[in-house]
Amino acid sequence: MSDSKNISFTPESEALIKNLTKRYPEGKHKSALLPALHIAQAEHDGWLSVPVMDKVAELLNLQPIEVYEVASFYSMYNLKPVGKCLIEVCRTSSCWLRGAEDVVKHIEKRLGIKDGETTADGKYTLKTVECLGSCGTAPMLQIGQTFHENLTLDKVDKILEEWKDATNHSTYLNTDTFRKI
Amino acid sequence: MGRKLLLENDHIEGIHSYELYRKNGGYRSVEKALKTMTPDAVVEEVKKSGLRGRGGAGFPTGMKWSFLAKPEGVPRYLVCNADESEPGTFKDRYLMERIPHLLIEGMITSSYALGANTGYIYVRGEYFYIIKILEKAISEAYANGWLGKNILGTGYNLDMHVQCGAGAYICGEETALLESLEGKRGNPRIKPPFPAVKGLWECPTVVNNVETIAAVVPIVNDGGEAYAAIGIGKSTGTKLISASGHIKKPGVYEIELGISVEEFIYSDEYCGGILNDKKLKAVVAGGSSVPILPADLILKTANGEKRLMTYESLADGGFAAGTMLGSGGFIVMDESTSIVKNLHTFARFYHHESCGQCSPCREGTGWMEKILHKILDGHGTLADVDLLWDIQRKIEGNTICPLGDAAAWPVASAIRHFRSEFEAYVNNRQSIPDVKYYFHCNNLDAAAAYSSL
Ligand SMILES: Cc1cc2nc3c(=O)[nH]c(=O)nc-3n(C[C@H](O)[C@H](O)[C@H](O)COP(=O)(O)O)c2cc1C
Ligand code: SF4
Ligand code: FES
Repeated sequence: MSDSKNISFTPESEALIKNLTKRYPEGKHKSALLPALHIAQAEHDGWLSVPVMDKVAELLNLQPIEVYEVASFYSMYNLKPVGKCLIEVCRTSSCWLRGAEDVVKHIEKRLGIKDGETTADGKYTLKTVECLGSCGTAPMLQIGQTFHENLTLDKVDKILEEWKDATNHSTYLNTDTFRKI
Repeated sequence: MGRKLLLENDHIEGIHSYELYRKNGGYRSVEKALKTMTPDAVVEEVKKSGLRGRGGAGFPTGMKWSFLAKPEGVPRYLVCNADESEPGTFKDRYLMERIPHLLIEGMITSSYALGANTGYIYVRGEYFYIIKILEKAISEAYANGWLGKNILGTGYNLDMHVQCGAGAYICGEETALLESLEGKRGNPRIKPPFPAVKGLWECPTVVNNVETIAAVVPIVNDGGEAYAAIGIGKSTGTKLISASGHIKKPGVYEIELGISVEEFIYSDEYCGGILNDKKLKAVVAGGSSVPILPADLILKTANGEKRLMTYESLADGGFAAGTMLGSGGFIVMDESTSIVKNLHTFARFYHHESCGQCSPCREGTGWMEKILHKILDGHGTLADVDLLWDIQRKIEGNTICPLGDAAAWPVASAIRHFRSEFEAYVNNRQSIPDVKYYFHCNNLDAAAAYSSL
């Protein structure tokens, strides 16, 4: 087990994770693990280090292994650092039919990185992903919780430009995403 | 114009808000069910409607509901499957984004019928902005007395929560979904026991798709018979179709089951024809898992009859000459499409999404992707095409969950109907432009294995 003592969550996040456990019956608080990992990731630069996962285990009263095995199963949890702007481009059939390959090639060229890599300045990470349920507005990419649809290469350039000076990481959720009980 | 039951009020600006939804007849089914019907009477209407599960398998919903075990003193659960990850499918997202209260209303009416006092809506993690919309709708439903204790003074209690996934197609499989909802890896369970007997936390559970649950609203409002009056034979009611690919008007369309495939593709009411007026080459009619059909076989059955948008007509001809309605993910390909390249995107998908529990699926999906990559890269042989056929045949039917079959069918059907295209890649290596670039492998092991081929 790593040193999770240096890891802190904001009081709001800790309270939110505790609040989430109320959604399940007595003793079934493990169900809060997936949302808790999303909250942890959003608060710690978009990825889950071992100490961060250990802290989640502590907050939910779980064994660290129960957290690791879940974190490593799901593709939205990053187990390595990512850039401020995590660009996820859909590569599956409907998007491929409408030019996803060109979008990926364009981003690779613009940023000088390949699929799966992060730019040297830590600003952008490019990741190709499977169908995001936006096939009718293909090609598309996702950054945080935003779907960018009906992409053209011009649009892609504009999106990259918007993230040029970003100081925070893209996140899938905000503090007000979940309803408090 | 076909009748619309789910998207009837879709054109109303702001219908996502509680006020407008209620003003336009929303939550009537809850009033009717809770105040004037017994739970069993609601189940009876759903049986009469002939509604079949809209998640892909098409199992009769009323029958599924009547299998729910009801041991004394054990809670029951209704879980809504909003994992929607089958490539080509985006109807649930559309419905939840546009008319979130329709799903909440359907969940309440259905929970009442099943005697469930807690409901969960499991939404794929990539749809976090939808989760926000649903959370707001649930808060509004609580605030207006549709959820909570003693709903409408009837003594019925119901709580409802949204649960997020985190990126895993397999969590759409109902038992993997339940594992995930319990905070675990999404490994499908061996059935039996079925969720109706041992589901969430080992309690009796019904898992239904978003669209299935939404359809309960018009069924309760207008009666099961009125619903069954739409459609043909055992394909009753309306179905949301997600149309994508090379068509003029991609989008979500609510169709009356029974219109012809030709009308769906070419009429202006729906897809509006093929993009740039090219020729139709092939269609994947029900999401990535169902067999691909060439233009002649999707428009007409092998017997020369008009192919209809129904469970039965699409399946006419079996796997030799038919396909399936599946989730209604309708992907259209024009004459310029490489069937082999398209198949590669599917094979890569299933390899990526296999949970890894069964060796035929875990290993087979990897091999199929690698062999397709090899063929596309200009290193394939004719024996590779036979090897692909052999692998898919050995996966089908030999796995814990149907993901194995779902990975096998696209490969089998592509070879069955388009074998000459695979052979062309093998025989004309030099003349293939652009063979050097493919999305490369993220997985180093797979890359190493590939280079040793
Ligand atoms: C690999 C796999 C993925 C699935 N994905 C989904 C899905 O995303 N949404 C869904 O509703 N059903 C999905 N299903 C079907 C579910 O297991 C289940 O049959 C369905 O949720 C039942 O609801 P219904 O009867 O209302 O269709 C999937 C099945 C398999 C085998
Ligand atoms: S068939 Fe594939 S996805 Fe399904 S349980 Fe087996 S390995 Fe997992
Ligand atoms: S194929 Fe790209 S969103 Fe579905």
